[in-house]
Amino acid sequence: MVPISYYLILSGILFACGVTGFLIKRNIITIFMSIELMLNGVNLSFVAFAAQWHALSGQVFVFFVMVVAAAEAAVGLAIIISVYRTRETLNVDQVDLLKL
Amino acid sequence: MTPNLHLWLIPVLPLVGAVINGFFGKKFSRQTVAAVALLFSGAAFALVLSVAFRFSSLVRPHSETLATWIRAGSFQADFAFYLDQLSLVMLLVVTGVGFLIHIYSVGYMWEEGGFYRFFAYLNLFMFFMLTLVLASNYLLMFIGWEGVGLASYLLIGFWFTKDSAASAGKKAFIVNRVGDFGFLIALFLLIKHFGSLNFDQVAQSIRPLSPEIGGAGLLNAIGLLLMVGAAGKSAQIPLYVWLPDAMEGPTPVSALIHAATMVTAGVYMVARSHVIFERAPMALTVVAIVGTLTALFAATIGVTQTDIKKVLAYSTVSQLGYMFIACGVGAFSAAIFHLMTHAFFKGLLFLAAGSVIHAVSGEQDMRQMGGLRTKIPWTFWTMTIGTFAIAGIPPFAGFFSKDEILWQAYQASWVFWAIGLFTAFLTSFYMFRLWFLTFFGEYRGTAENAHADSASPDHGHNHGHGHGHGGIHESPRAMVIPLVVLAVLSIIGGWIGVPGSLGGSNRFAKFLGPVFHASAPTLPAEHPAEVAPSEKKTEGAEAQGRHGNELLFTAISVLAGLIGLGLAWLLYDRNPQLPQQIAASLGRFYGAVVHKYYVDELYAALFVKPLIAGSTLILWHGIDRDVIDAGLDNSAHGANQVSDSIRHMQSGNLRSYAGWVAAGAAVVIAYMVWMGAR
Amino acid sequence: MLHLILFLAFGAVCVAGAVNLLAQRHPINSALSLVVVMGSLAVVYLLLGAEFVAAVQVIVYAGAIMVLFVFVIMLLNAGEEERTKGSKVALLFGVPGMLVGSILIGWVLLARGGGRSVPVGALPGTPKVIGWLLFHDFLLPFEVTSILVLIAIMGAVVLASHPDTEQGKKEG
Repeated sequence: MVPISYYLILSGILFACGVTGFLIKRNIITIFMSIELMLNGVNLSFVAFAAQWHALSGQVFVFFVMVVAAAEAAVGLAIIISVYRTRETLNVDQVDLLKL
Repeated sequence: MTPNLHLWLIPVLPLVGAVINGFFGKKFSRQTVAAVALLFSGAAFALVLSVAFRFSSLVRPHSETLATWIRAGSFQADFAFYLDQLSLVMLLVVTGVGFLIHIYSVGYMWEEGGFYRFFAYLNLFMFFMLTLVLASNYLLMFIGWEGVGLASYLLIGFWFTKDSAASAGKKAFIVNRVGDFGFLIALFLLIKHFGSLNFDQVAQSIRPLSPEIGGAGLLNAIGLLLMVGAAGKSAQIPLYVWLPDAMEGPTPVSALIHAATMVTAGVYMVARSHVIFERAPMALTVVAIVGTLTALFAATIGVTQTDIKKVLAYSTVSQLGYMFIACGVGAFSAAIFHLMTHAFFKGLLFLAAGSVIHAVSGEQDMRQMGGLRTKIPWTFWTMTIGTFAIAGIPPFAGFFSKDEILWQAYQASWVFWAIGLFTAFLTSFYMFRLWFLTFFGEYRGTAENAHADSASPDHGHNHGHGHGHGGIHESPRAMVIPLVVLAVLSIIGGWIGVPGSLGGSNRFAKFLGPVFHASAPTLPAEHPAEVAPSEKKTEGAEAQGRHGNELLFTAISVLAGLIGLGLAWLLYDRNPQLPQQIAASLGRFYGAVVHKYYVDELYAALFVKPLIAGSTLILWHGIDRDVIDAGLDNSAHGANQVSDSIRHMQSGNLRSYAGWVAAGAAVVIAYMVWMGAR
Repeated sequence: MLHLILFLAFGAVCVAGAVNLLAQRHPINSALSLVVVMGSLAVVYLLLGAEFVAAVQVIVYAGAIMVLFVFVIMLLNAGEEERTKGSKVALLFGVPGMLVGSILIGWVLLARGGGRSVPVGALPGTPKVIGWLLFHDFLLPFEVTSILVLIAIMGAVVLASHPDTEQGKKEG
């Protein structure tokens, strides 16, 4: 018997790792992957709560989150490809043209 | 049922003329501008004449209310007009002389630029002056008061590209304002203590009061403050300094505003407020003293001036002093009589001087003139009449009015009479000096002035005459006709005020009698210096003895005039080098007089320079620059700096954005947790 | 008991994968770690009884999205990360902020609710039941997300196509 809170803690750890990856990493693809990690953490918490409250709509929502994540991944990677083409670099620190 | 005379039309007609000429005059031809100006001022004059004809059938005083203006609690002031004998006299003078000067100006200003502007301002002045005269309460009169000051500023500075003209306009306006300050405070006192500014109501409230013989008191205070206002407008000591400078304006302006009408507004106001002054003996004495000193002071300066217009200006100040002497001894109708005759002969003198200046192509220094009497005969003869009138030689107009004043002054105190007499002598002297210098002897001017070709450097009076006949020439008809009319008036104008001692019945004083006697205080006349001696005294049981005295004094004043004439002839016709020697022997004193006793310099040092320094240091540097500008600059600078420091947030670096987001999210989460935990 | 052991085991794998994702310098290694994370997450879903979700997780996430990631990494020939000037803000504010946020949430979760336990497979999420919900209660979001996917496809194609082949041609 595993208390739901354990699942939630796991989800929190995954989310925290995602955020940390976003902040620390320099490669833009890795940053993107950290975003996916965050989304996974969130999915886990959805499912955990669905189990807790006996509401299946939690799981349905995971479905939607996944769809959105897929779409986002597709478009995001397309953007990364264009950025790579114009800036010749995948280092996010070097893509700072919007600075004031 | 009081008939409606539409009195409001009298001021409004010139206003319409001013508006038309002001807004559209630029596109009109000169003829149209002149026609418009003459039409509306002429219409006002015609209306005044028709009112005068119907005057005897009216109930006096006749008031008409045009519209409500201020109703604030118990205080009320309306656009209402007041017609009694006094205002009728003033109306006739203002519109009559004004109309004549309009005609003259058409000729005088024909070659000038800004023709339409001149007539717009002139009509505007008429509007304000007529408002002043017709007003039935002090507030509306104050509007006219301020308005004529404005018109005066606009017209003095007519050639505004000239520095001296612009400064003179400013000086006139500012000095006037000082006087107006006193006037305003008097108005405030009137409102506070009598609750109204309407002439009738004020008179009603004041009539039952007894004169304040002790000296201090409300009525004395009001009287003194009104005197300050009058001193500003009518150029008395210490606020006369603007009038000589006002000669920068065109000569018709000097004639109309600074001789005939505007400067007499102060006298009119004092006469209007006679109810107050009759019960404020200390104020009346001050009025008389100021008038006396001014008359003497200005006359001494006039003796030494070389500019023809400046002599006339100081003469005006001096004659206004006479009017104030008359008011100060309670002889209000004598003051108004002199006001009227002065309008005639001083207006004439100024217009004739303008004609002289026109003839010698803009030269105004009398030392450059001479021998003009054969060349400009009409001007010569009219100016001669004017000079005799002002010198008080019978039977010209000035004799009667000046004599009346001197006689009334003697009733109050022999000191006033003596100084007045001496001033009369000086007046005669300097006027005949002007006469001799200008018209007699050899022409001393330069050849170019005689040929009317050159543009004169002073006064912007550009005479590109174009008409080929060079030389000194008579003025055009438009200028000569008003001269003639005014000359006739200067001869016969005094005849309505012939005193009893000379066989007349002083119809003028009788006419104005109801205005001034209806409110005389009931105290018996024990102290002639403090209570208004009514003119009735000169008639009656003691008539014979009084008449004898009066004749004696009349003879003395005529003698003074003749002595002045003789002395002038001696010094300026017979022995022209004598004046130089006399001046040299008087040395420093003469120098002081020529420099107008350095009053302008004194004022500059006492008031103007500290004011300018204060304004520069405190208002400009201290407040405007260091507080307001600095505040704005600093706040802009501060905004600049804040945004400069914040802009580093926009680094273009993705990770720093993420960092901010994470930090912000942490704050929000903390807040939510804290809210939930409470 | 088994439930707990399974959970702890796969949870540990999950966390290890996540940490490895952060620690690796080459993106391909991070991508493979992420696949590990997703796989173990699928097992955790099974433990919670969400079978359909677990299946979809493996198929879609690990099977499609991660493949996409690997494709892109290979395509762009991403090399090891270089050391460049980082962002002070990210390190100074971001990491502590994140830490604070997570600790707070963790504290809330532990202190408040969630103490209930659920047995293995507590809420069976069979495809039939999920399908019923999806096509009845959540029909509108379902259709909207399908349009979203369509748009995403178009956008991706447009964005990623070569600039010289984009002249006047609209791929859709």
